[in-house]
Amino acid sequence: MKEQPILELKDLGIQFGGLKAVDKLNMTLYDNELIGLIGPNGAGKTTVFNMITGVYTPTEGDIVFRGERINGLPPFKVTRKGISRTFQNIRLFNDLSVLDNVKVANHSLAGHSVFSSMFRMPKHFIGEREMELKSMQLLKIFELDGLKDELAKNLPYGMQRRLEIARALAAAPKLLLLDEPAAGMNPQETKELMDLIHFVRKQYDLTILLIEHDMRLVMGICERIYVLDHGQLIAHGTGEEIRNDPKVIEAYLGEEVSIDAQS
Amino acid sequence: MEWLQQIINGISLGSIYALIALGYTMVYGIIKLINFAHGEVFMIGAFTGFVAIVHFELSFVPALIIAMFTCSVVGVLIERIAYKRLRESTRIAALITAIGMSLFIQYLFIYFRGAEPEAYPQDVLPERTLDIFGVKVSMQALLILFISIVLMILLQFIVQKTKIGRAMRAVSYDKDAARLMGINVDNTISATFAIGSALAGAAGVIFGIYYTKIDPLMGLIPGLKAFVAAVLGGIGIIPGAMVGGFILGIVETLVSAAGFSLFRDAAAFIILILILLFRPAGIFGKNTKEKV
Repeated sequence: MKEQPILELKDLGIQFGGLKAVDKLNMTLYDNELIGLIGPNGAGKTTVFNMITGVYTPTEGDIVFRGERINGLPPFKVTRKGISRTFQNIRLFNDLSVLDNVKVANHSLAGHSVFSSMFRMPKHFIGEREMELKSMQLLKIFELDGLKDELAKNLPYGMQRRLEIARALAAAPKLLLLDEPAAGMNPQETKELMDLIHFVRKQYDLTILLIEHDMRLVMGICERIYVLDHGQLIAHGTGEEIRNDPKVIEAYLGEEVSIDAQS
Repeated sequence: MEWLQQIINGISLGSIYALIALGYTMVYGIIKLINFAHGEVFMIGAFTGFVAIVHFELSFVPALIIAMFTCSVVGVLIERIAYKRLRESTRIAALITAIGMSLFIQYLFIYFRGAEPEAYPQDVLPERTLDIFGVKVSMQALLILFISIVLMILLQFIVQKTKIGRAMRAVSYDKDAARLMGINVDNTISATFAIGSALAGAAGVIFGIYYTKIDPLMGLIPGLKAFVAAVLGGIGIIPGAMVGGFILGIVETLVSAAGFSLFRDAAAFIILILILLFRPAGIFGKNTKEKV
């Protein structure tokens, strides 16, 4: 095991009224890992993402990111600390162009202020050009550079998914959270996406936490997998270990077959 | 030829409405609130400009800048004090608060200053009449139009090409997603109020110069009419507010010129009723179902 974890969840829990959505969750992520978070519908996976990114404040436990406790921080500060994410149902800024979608996420990094922009000072042009360069670089990786002026809403579904990842990367994260990135994609697109995820992890030196229903994707690329059911961690291990874990099979009930069939 | 003159007058009046309407529409675009206190920001702009010109003997441009700056501060204060904590509450609660804020500012102003009107001096902008191919155009009307257009171009530049503008568009589309992309939503909303209020402040000074008489309740009618202009163009849509303002100004001027000057104010509200009946989304708006 490597020394300093990048993200640690310690006895993390959240209660909505009488419902414990997540309870006593412990997870540890190390630099450069690609970790899967799976579980049946309603297991609390997205809630975990929402707590890590500051959308929800956990009612119990701690989130420690690079040695710093971050629970309770507002989402934009969490993002600026180096955690960014995508959404289960795509949430692009539909009325902005592809390029602007990426630039928006780049903002916290750009140094020029409103005033330098208003008075068109050199800083504005340098800042904007730098942003443009970085954003175009990202779009090129995701093969969206040819469509930079198109409105996000006009892109086909698969490209919207890719653009969302590009936008998340524009915030220069250390930790990238992907919420079902392959949802609704066909096998060919899913395979390309897997390669892409591998590539950006290396290229940008990222740790990635992935929520996914597509077992093939999870088993295929994740080094370790956490399994959540009814808000509780029921298993943790490599793909092989998870596949043969009776508790996981039970949680997925009839889906046992599909786990085997798909892998 | 007289009609042409009237249309030019209408466009200058319309540019005042347009400047105010922009603030309404920007605020609505970003937090879905009709900021009824916006007319009062316009009034404060007119008085700030008055003080700067009469008491500090400044010329037009510095007075305009001071009024815009003061108004942007006032706008941000209104937002931080009254609206921010209501952001998660029902829209009707925020709307009623906005009406309350409007009355509060009017009467607070009267309480401390008194209700008597003031008159802008006549010589702030050169008062001359130009003769362009037989059409008599007042120099003031042209200057007002010019200043308004410069401000609108500046606004378009800010919204389309700068960081804060991009953030504003992102926040207006999806606040939560914007937050998760590292955008400080609170500051972005404040910036929107600041920019919208600055435009209202500019409109206040221009209005004072054009109509000379200003008073603490002056914000009411132009505020409502600018609201009509914003709805006419499609609320939440920036070019819509500009076009709506110009149309409203022209219609009003033509109605007066046709001899129905008593119906001048009614014209604006008849337009409001018609647009709500036949095209509620406004000229530029798409008739979409409301997002839930």
